[in-house]
Amino acid sequence: MLNDFVNQFWPATIDGLAFGSIYALIALGYTMVYGVLRLINFAHSEVFMIGTFGAMFVPFVLGISSPLTGIALVGIIVAMILAGMVASAGTAMALERIAYRPLRSRGASRLAALISAIGASIFLQELFALLIIPKVFNRPQQGRIPMALPRLMERTELFSIFGHSVRVDQVLVIVAAIGMMVALDALVNRTKVGRGIRATAQNPEAAVLMGVDINKIVRMTFLIGGGMAGVAGALYLISYENTNYFIGFLFGIKAFTAAVLGGIGNLRGALVGGITLGLVENYGAIFFGSDWKHVISFSILVLVLMFRPTGILGESLQQARA
Amino acid sequence: MRPKSARLGGVLAVGLALTLGLAACSDGGGTDASPEAGSSSAAAGSTIKLGFMGDLTGANAGIVIPPRNGAKLVIDEYNKTNPAVKVEMVEYDSQADPSKAVALAQQAIKTDKIVGLIGPAFSGESAQVAPVMEEAMIPSISASATNAALSANGWKYWHRVLPSDSVQGPGIANFIADGVGSKNAFVIDDKSEYGKPLADVVRTTLEGKGVKLTNDSLDPAESDFSSVVNKVVAAKPDAIFFGGYYAAGGVLLKQLRDKGVKAKFLSGDGSLDKGLIDGAGAANAEGALVGCPCYIATPDVTDAKVKAFADAYKAAYSADPAIYAAEGYDAATVFIDAIKAGNTTADKINAFIGTVDFAGVSKQVKFEANGEVAAKDIYIYQVKDGAIGLLGKAAEAKLG
Amino acid sequence: MNQNPLARFRTGLGNFGDVMHDRWLSTPGWQRWIVYLLLIVVALLLPSDSIGSFMSPDTDWASILFFPIGTYVVLAIGLNVVVGQAGLLDLGFVAFYAVGGYAMALIGTRLGWNFWVIMLVGITLCALSGITLGAPTLRLRGDYLAIVTLGFGEIIRITARNTDEIGGPNGIRGIPHPPSINDLHIFGVDVSNLLGGIEPLKYGVLDPKPYYYLLVGLAVIVIILVKRWEKSRVGRAWAAIREDEDAAEVMGVPTFRFKMLAFAIGASIGGSMGVLWAAKSISINPNDFQFLLSATILAAVVMGGAGNLPGVMLGAFVVAWLPERFRGLEEYRMLIFGAVLVALMIFRPEGLLPSRQRRAELKEGSGGMGTLGAEVPGPEAHGEEVASK
Repeated sequence: MLNDFVNQFWPATIDGLAFGSIYALIALGYTMVYGVLRLINFAHSEVFMIGTFGAMFVPFVLGISSPLTGIALVGIIVAMILAGMVASAGTAMALERIAYRPLRSRGASRLAALISAIGASIFLQELFALLIIPKVFNRPQQGRIPMALPRLMERTELFSIFGHSVRVDQVLVIVAAIGMMVALDALVNRTKVGRGIRATAQNPEAAVLMGVDINKIVRMTFLIGGGMAGVAGALYLISYENTNYFIGFLFGIKAFTAAVLGGIGNLRGALVGGITLGLVENYGAIFFGSDWKHVISFSILVLVLMFRPTGILGESLQQARA
Repeated sequence: MRPKSARLGGVLAVGLALTLGLAACSDGGGTDASPEAGSSSAAAGSTIKLGFMGDLTGANAGIVIPPRNGAKLVIDEYNKTNPAVKVEMVEYDSQADPSKAVALAQQAIKTDKIVGLIGPAFSGESAQVAPVMEEAMIPSISASATNAALSANGWKYWHRVLPSDSVQGPGIANFIADGVGSKNAFVIDDKSEYGKPLADVVRTTLEGKGVKLTNDSLDPAESDFSSVVNKVVAAKPDAIFFGGYYAAGGVLLKQLRDKGVKAKFLSGDGSLDKGLIDGAGAANAEGALVGCPCYIATPDVTDAKVKAFADAYKAAYSADPAIYAAEGYDAATVFIDAIKAGNTTADKINAFIGTVDFAGVSKQVKFEANGEVAAKDIYIYQVKDGAIGLLGKAAEAKLG
Repeated sequence: MNQNPLARFRTGLGNFGDVMHDRWLSTPGWQRWIVYLLLIVVALLLPSDSIGSFMSPDTDWASILFFPIGTYVVLAIGLNVVVGQAGLLDLGFVAFYAVGGYAMALIGTRLGWNFWVIMLVGITLCALSGITLGAPTLRLRGDYLAIVTLGFGEIIRITARNTDEIGGPNGIRGIPHPPSINDLHIFGVDVSNLLGGIEPLKYGVLDPKPYYYLLVGLAVIVIILVKRWEKSRVGRAWAAIREDEDAAEVMGVPTFRFKMLAFAIGASIGGSMGVLWAAKSISINPNDFQFLLSATILAAVVMGGAGNLPGVMLGAFVVAWLPERFRGLEEYRMLIFGAVLVALMIFRPEGLLPSRQRRAELKEGSGGMGTLGAEVPGPEAHGEEVASK
C-alpha cells in the first residue's frame, strides 16, 4: 500500500494540481457571488458546462481536426479560452438577469433563489441535450452522449519529475489558472470595480450610501465569476478533450466544496480549496480506490469544517485579502 | 419604468412557453386517447398489442434504439401481409428508471392490455418489471438485459434472447488468457449495475486461470480517470479489461494511451458502440477488443437470412444494423410466429415461446425453462481503421 | 399606482387567500374535523381510473400516486420540518430516505422480520442517523450546513454503491411486501377464512392501490404529529431559531438541542417513507437516491411555501405530477419543468401557498426565513415598497 503511494505519488500530484486548478477557477465564481450576494449560485455548474461548449465551438466552426503547432496552436488556444469566457460570462449575466434579479427585487428569500437556480440548471442542461448539441453541433440523437474534442495539441512531454513525465497540457492548465487568479486578485484589490465589490460584500447598505451602484457591482460579479468558469471550461476541454451536457454537475459540487473548504467568500481560499481538493482526491484514490474519491473529498470537508468552521482561510472577501 | 416593462416581456415569454407546452401536451393526450377507445371495442377482432420498453430518450438510448428498430421491422413486415390479426407495437420510454418502468408496465397491462413485451432493455428495470409481468401473466423477451441473476428468480413469463453475463464474462476472460495470452491483467469496473458484476466474473475466471490481477473502479460520471490510469501505469499489465459503457470507456482508453499505456484494451457489450472510437480517437482505439453476447451483421456477411435482415434494416432506417438490432428482430419474430400460429392470448403465447426452436438472425432461438436462450456464443469484435469489425467467436477468435 | 394586470391578479389572489384563511380560523372545531375527514376520503378515492385518464394519460395513475406523488408529499412534509420550520438548509435529505429504504431491504431479506417491525426499526435508525449527522454539523451556519448535508447524501449513496456486502451497485432484490390481510392470524384464527375468498389489501406487485392506502395512512399520522409539534413549545423554538438564532439562544432557547430534534424528526419521516417505498418496489439500488431527488424535494418545499403544510404538500404534488402529466411532451418535459421552476420563483417567490407570516416578511423586504433571508436589497425593492403603499 505504502509502496503504491510512493510509486504513484508524483503522477498523482501533477494530475491533482491540474484538476485542482480547474476546481479553483470554478470555485471563484461561487465564492464571488456568495461574497457579494450571500447566495449559492447553484446554476454556476451550468456556466462551466456552457464554457466547455463555447470553447468547443471554435475548432468545430473552423473545421480543425488535426494537431496544430506554433502560432496556429497558440491562436486557437487563445480563441478557445476567449470563446469559453464569452459563452460563460454571457450565461452568468443572463442568469443574473432572468433567474436572480426579479427575485431580489421582490426581496425573496435566498431559498427561493436557490430553487430558481436549480430550475435554471435543469433548463440549461436540457436545452443543451435537446437543442444546442444536436442542432448547433450537428449531432442529432446524440445530445446526451459525450462529445470529444479532436486532438489539437500534441501530448508532448515538457520535463519529467523522478521519471514521471509532465505533459505540456498539464502545465498549460496550471500556469493559465494561476495567471488568471493573479489577474483577478489585482482586479479586486486595485481597481474601482474591485473596491465596489469589496464594499458591497462588506456592507451593502453602506455601499449604496457611499454611491456604489449595487446592480452594476452584482452584474460585474457574475461577469467575472462566469468568465473564470469559462476559462476553466476551455482549459478543461483542451486538456481532457471531452464534454457533455451533464458535466457541470460534478464539477459544480466539487468546486462548491472547494470554495467552502478554502473559506467561502475568500478568493485565495478558492485557490487553496481547489488545489487541496484536487490533491487529496488523487492521493486518497491510491489508498482506497478511485471509486471512493467523492467520499474522500466530502469527508475532508466535514473534518475541516469541524475544526475550522469557516474553512481553511476563513470568509473574507470584504477584508480585501482577496 | 424600463425594468417593469422588461419584466412584462418576461411574463409574456414564459406565458407563451407554457401555453405552447400545454397545447402540445393536450395534442399528445388527444392522440393517445383515441386509439385506446378504438382498441377496447375491437380487442376481440383485428388488432393486438405488443409492448417495447427501454430507455428511448436517455443517455443510453444508443443501445436501445437499434433493437427497437429491429423489432419494429418484424412487425411492419408482418402487418404488410394483411393478416387477420394485426399487431401494434406500443413504445414505453422508461428512461432506464425502474420505478418509471413499473408504472409504465402497469399502464401497459391495465390500459393498453398488451399480450407480450419486448424488453425491458436493461437489467435494473427488468428486475422490477419482471415480477409485475409475472403476476399479470404476460410474457416478456428482453433483447439486451444481460445481468446473470435475472434468470434465478423462477419466473415463468420472462425470457431473454441473448446469453447472460455469466456466459459473457468467462467467454471474454478465457479470450484474455488464451486468445490474447495475458499473464498480468488489470480489471476496471464502472460500479454500475451492469459493469461491476461483469467485471467480477472476469476477475474470478482470470484468477482461476492463474493470471496476475490488479483492480480498480471508476465513477462514470467523472471525466478525469487519472487516478485509475496512474494505477495502471504502476501495475504494468499486458491486458486491461473495462466493465462499463462506451462513454466512460472511450475517455478511459484515451487517457490510458496518453500516459503511454500500450496494453491490449478489452471491454464488454456495453462498450460495443462507435462512441468508443469517437471518445478515444481513432488512433487510440485502434486494436481495442470488445466482447458481446450479440451478433452484429457486418457488411461482408454471407448468410442469406442475415443479409436479408441487414438489407431490410438499412432500407428502413438508412443505417447498418447496430448493437442488439438482430436480437430485437429475433425477439419480435418469436411473438409474431406465436400470433401467426393462432395464439392471441398472453397465456397461449407464453406456452408457444416455450416450444420455439428456429434459426433466427442472431442465433438459434430456443429457450430453456428458466427463460435463458440455449445458444451460448460470445463474439469478439475489434476496432480496425476506425470501425468495429467482427473477429469471431470468443472461443475461436485469433488476433491478427 | 400603475400595477400591471398580473400584479393586481396576484394581490387579489393573496387577499382571497387571507379571507379564506380567516374564515377557516374562525370555524368551530367539529366543522374542521368534518373537512379533514372529507379530505381523507377524497385522498382514498383518488386512484380511480376516471380521474387517472385525465391526470396521467400516459402512465398508470395509481402507480404515479404512490411514486412519485405520494412519496414526494411525505418526503416534503419531512423536509419542511427541517427547512421550513427550523430554517436549516438541508441538501442531502435523500440520505435518510436511503437509510430507511436500505433498512427495509436488508432486514426484510436477511432477517425476514415483519414489515411493521422494520418500520419501527427504520424510523429509529433514521432518527439516530439524523442525530449522528447533526451532532458535528449543526454548529455550522446556513450555507456550510447545506454543503455538508449535500456531501453526506453523496457519501451514503457512494458507500452503498461501493459496499458489496449490501449488494453494491446491484442493490438488493426480492424485498418482501407488507403482510396482506389474508395472511393475518388473529388469536390463531386465519383471517382469510373469515373473509371467504375476497382479498382486500393484498400487497402484491400488480396493484399499487393497497400501498397507496398505506401511504395515505402514513401521511395522515405524520401530518397530525407535525401539526402538534408546530403548535407546541418545540414549534415556537424552531420559529425563534429560524428568525434569529442568536436572539433565540440569548432568550434561553437551547438552540442546538432543538436543531437536533428537527433533524431527527425530519430524518424519521424521510426514513419511514423509505421503508414503505422499499416494501413496494421489490428491488432498490443506490441510483434511486441521487442528489437530484434531494433538490426536487427541496424545490417542492420552497415552491409550495416553506413552513406552510398545505402549501408544501401542494408543491410536492405539482413537482411530482407535472413531469408525469407532460409525458406526452416526451423529452421536452424536463426542459419545461426547469423553466416552470424559474417562472414560479420569479412570480411567486413566497411559494404557491405561503404562510401568512412569510408573506408579511416578504413585504417587509427581509424575505423571511431568518438566516436564509435576503440580505442584499434588490434593484427595485425600495421603489416598489413605496408603490405598494
